[in-house]
Amino acid sequence: MTMIRVENLKKSFGNLEVIKDMSTVVEEKEVICVIGPSGSGKSTFLRCLNRLEEITGGHVYIEGVDITDPKIDINKIRQDVGMVFQQFNLFPHKSVLENVILAPMKVKKSDRKASEAKAYELLDKVGLREKAKAYPGELSGGQKQRVAIARALAMDPKIMLFDEPTSALDPEMVGDVLDVMKQLAREGMTMVVVTHEMGFAAEMGDRVLFIDGGYIVEENVPKELFGNPQHERTKAFLSKVL
Amino acid sequence: MDTIINAFPYLMEGLQVTLYIFAIAIVIGFLIGLIVALFRLAPLKILNWIAKIFVDAIRGTPFIVQLFFIYFGLNSLDFISLDNTTAGIVTVAINAGAYFSEIIRAGIQSIDKGQTEAARSLGLNSTQNMRYIILPQAFRRMLPTITNQAIISLKDTSLLSVIGVADLTQEGRIQASATFDAFNVYLILGIIYFVVIYLLSMLASFVERKFVLR
Repeated sequence: MTMIRVENLKKSFGNLEVIKDMSTVVEEKEVICVIGPSGSGKSTFLRCLNRLEEITGGHVYIEGVDITDPKIDINKIRQDVGMVFQQFNLFPHKSVLENVILAPMKVKKSDRKASEAKAYELLDKVGLREKAKAYPGELSGGQKQRVAIARALAMDPKIMLFDEPTSALDPEMVGDVLDVMKQLAREGMTMVVVTHEMGFAAEMGDRVLFIDGGYIVEENVPKELFGNPQHERTKAFLSKVL
Repeated sequence: MDTIINAFPYLMEGLQVTLYIFAIAIVIGFLIGLIVALFRLAPLKILNWIAKIFVDAIRGTPFIVQLFFIYFGLNSLDFISLDNTTAGIVTVAINAGAYFSEIIRAGIQSIDKGQTEAARSLGLNSTQNMRYIILPQAFRRMLPTITNQAIISLKDTSLLSVIGVADLTQEGRIQASATFDAFNVYLILGIIYFVVIYLLSMLASFVERKFVLR
């Protein structure tokens, strides 16, 4: 089943054309890693997938629904599309537990008991059950990011978007977060991951998208893309980061 | 000493009036401020303009002129009749509302954009985002500035004595001429205002400590 279909996506900020023309398809249970130089439009691409950025042109279909259609209820779509941010964006005025149960309770109207049970289950999964009553300010970066993943999972999303989830972490924290993401991938979550972690992309990616200059320059299984890149720009980028 | 003993009960009556006016005006003022701030930040241009014109009009004119306009100006119209206390409350509320709206607007805008993005990505609509994520954080941040404006508004209520409201200042004026002891009466008057404002700011810093240190 096709989870995400991107057709001739375009995105401009004023006169600045960040995404010129991108098309791709993400199937159910696929893990797609998006790599590319900074400023290439890879984060913007990801943010178009749940319309955090208004889309300038083209179409994005999530489970067959065209989210560029202004008549659709985007909040409904977003419940199925979890997102994890580089800067975590936990709610600092709420405890870890409250961060996780907020959306299920307010958006899905789940009762508190069921939401908490589910939250504890997810906090277990990310290894942070004992931090349920802590506040985000009391957590390390790696812990914050794992809470952010639990928070997103609490809505039972069908797709998870990761926007450079380990870029703001101290090196020794990166592993814990990647482990959680790997587990999620193994459980069959459909994932789109913008990352600088080439190791993760090579190991977990079903496909890797190399984005540069507003285009998807190259798209292939990791073995091919890393081992046998076809485009000069891909080669030049990989020679710098590998 | 006699002056103080004689004048004090009257001053306390005046203080009650002052606190009554202040309490009502500050609550209404805060609600006005919240609505105007949301107008100011709304996607609809016409609401932005209404908010901006309101704030500019209040900020650009003296309090006493606003008071005269509402009490004497509006009352000169056939279909409006305000007693002086009501006119006073309305003026303080509107005046505070304009300043509150700017404080609230700045507070909302000071919250990192990532908070809204996280909330919206979870499926919260913009109203839920405001209510559960942005405003609770913004209010914590705004508390010291809000306290400051509340204190200014409390002091502004003393100007209501000019239209004859029997507030603390008005009682002070009456007692000063009744006792022929302006020095001591106005000294006491100042001390009473000082104590009330001091207690108010202690209350505010208590609330601040309780909520902000997270």
